Amino acid sequence: MISRRDLLKKAGKAVAGASISLAAIEFLSPARVQALKADKAVRWVFLVDTYKCVGCGLCVKACKNENEIPYDANVTRTWVERYVITSDGKLHADSPKGCRDGFTTSKIDVGMGKLQDIKNEDIKKAFFVPKLCNQCENPPCVQVCPVGATYQAPDGVVLVDRTWCIGCGYCIMACPYGVRFFHPKYHTAEKCNFCYHRINKGLKTACVQACPFGARQIGNMKDPDDPVTKIITTERVGILKSEFGTKPQVFYIGLDEEVK
Amino acid sequence: MVHGEIWTLKELFVTPNEYIYWSVQIVMYPFMTGLVAGAFVLSSLYHVFGIKELKDIARFALVFSFALLFAAPMPIILHLQHPLRGINVMMTPHFTSAIAAFGIVFSGYGAIVASELWFLYRKHFVEQSLLLKGKQDRSLGESLLYLIFTVLTLGSFDITEEAQHRDEKAIKVLAGIGIPVACFLHGYAGFIFGSVKANALWMTPLMPVIFIMSAVVSGIALCMLTYIATMEIRKFLACRQQSPSYSPECREEIKSVEVKVIQMTAKYLLFFLIFAISLELLDLIFRGYTATKSWDVLRSVIYGKDFTSIFILQYGLGNLIPFIIFLTPGLTIRRAVVGVLFVMFGVFMMRWNVVIGGQAFSLTFNGYMHYHLPIIPHDWETLKEGLFGALGVFVMPFVLFYFLTKIFPIFGLKESH
Repeated sequence: MISRRDLLKKAGKAVAGASISLAAIEFLSPARVQALKADKAVRWVFLVDTYKCVGCGLCVKACKNENEIPYDANVTRTWVERYVITSDGKLHADSPKGCRDGFTTSKIDVGMGKLQDIKNEDIKKAFFVPKLCNQCENPPCVQVCPVGATYQAPDGVVLVDRTWCIGCGYCIMACPYGVRFFHPKYHTAEKCNFCYHRINKGLKTACVQACPFGARQIGNMKDPDDPVTKIITTERVGILKSEFGTKPQVFYIGLDEEVK
Repeated sequence: MVHGEIWTLKELFVTPNEYIYWSVQIVMYPFMTGLVAGAFVLSSLYHVFGIKELKDIARFALVFSFALLFAAPMPIILHLQHPLRGINVMMTPHFTSAIAAFGIVFSGYGAIVASELWFLYRKHFVEQSLLLKGKQDRSLGESLLYLIFTVLTLGSFDITEEAQHRDEKAIKVLAGIGIPVACFLHGYAGFIFGSVKANALWMTPLMPVIFIMSAVVSGIALCMLTYIATMEIRKFLACRQQSPSYSPECREEIKSVEVKVIQMTAKYLLFFLIFAISLELLDLIFRGYTATKSWDVLRSVIYGKDFTSIFILQYGLGNLIPFIIFLTPGLTIRRAVVGVLFVMFGVFMMRWNVVIGGQAFSLTFNGYMHYHLPIIPHDWETLKEGLFGALGVFVMPFVLFYFLTKIFPIFGLKESH
């Protein structure tokens, strides 16, 4: 007969012994196993050539249709900004309806339903800047999500789980680029995901496909022969708001200091 | 319509997806948690540091803190786009997020307050339970009360001198643990804002400390206000001729106790108010002096667009006037009421100016957003995130407090710890 005291003693020893040897084994979550197994040869990046953009808005239109963002809702996964700098050094900028219909007037939308007329001879410099999610290497939106509903895929793209998002809006607040919003229909956080369903099938994103001027390009940073990678690694490109340490992965050719 | 669009007005260059996503309920959230933390700290000043003058208000503050505790998560629930998924925070907490620990910190704190209350009222539960047990023909209400009190004793009927001594010790320990946890609970609310690097107004390491100080200020103010209200009701009841407890002396006695407690508590209020204002001004001066990239737009918001709500409503009405009121000698009850109302308004405006003010400018630093609080609701969203939703959250703790005092009586206990 084994006494209770002995049983406890022996059980304790067995547990202690087992835990020491088991400590050598690392427990991996299924997600991590998958991440380790996944093709690590892909890191999606985006390249915008602002010199080529004319502000036609075809990219915005294509994005809205492709990603089922209600067409008339005043939110969008990608948009184009217009910058006009006048001879007095002042900046005038707008993006009416995210440039869904292009810029239909030369007047600047100053909000509150008002438009400001700017004379052509006053304009010193003017250009367009397309914006989209930067799929940051160090994404603050992923950091602040309290439930882990937004996460970074191994290929760098930041995704949102619509079935798990509680709709607190913390990620919207945390994004320095203003790319996030609440989906008008699903009421969950929404953002550009580089048309994840398309790029995984070998297609281009809807906006890249729609751009008639080649201002937008998507590429794989891990592939040295990718034309986008070549440009990023050999030419002078800029990123937005580097001061936040988010390491954005959308690179711009011809970035102006007025663009924030 | 997109969430946030209805109450946001954009001016100049604002990017398409920018709206005031965090509206009035997010103003209510730190305001309510602040009241919880403040009320608890006030009660602990007596239990831990033995500040005898606060004995009368300590028990009161603890019960009120408990009532507020239930109301504190309400603004979050009303704010969430998917309120039913709120529980996900407990199921899959993502600990790199400042909000993820909310459920844990909050329930931990709730457990501390509940245990402290239990030790404080254990004797009362036992006495009531035994009294009702011995009663012959109990009415339905009495039977229900008997059941409640018996369950609340948790089977512990030992109320000997020795057992009570142990209770007192436990209260002291719990109140001691409770202070840092209360400060953490609220400092943590400050961290939620202070750590948002994308927001130029919010991002400062001072935010948690500022939040704690103003939390204590508002908590003390609310306790004073509710204490005065309760005492006035008692006075009114005492002076009713037909009342069985009528006695003019009793009325005078209540009044003198009331004035003494209020004068004492007001000193602590001022003490914490000075801390809060110093930190807020330090933050403002530092921003102006260092004048980093965001200062241009912040200056235009602080000294321009939000001037009235910051300098007139928050600092003027909310801080300066109460200072004058409380520092003028011979504080009366009537003046104290006016003072604490202004203090609470000031703290509310501080939360408002942080939450709404932080979203008053665009990420481009070249545009502004104006918030219009929905007053008349026309759908679910404008109801829950409008004036009535906010008022509902504010009224809730008072209603809860009324019911809680049925079980945790605040006055008329024979022996108090």
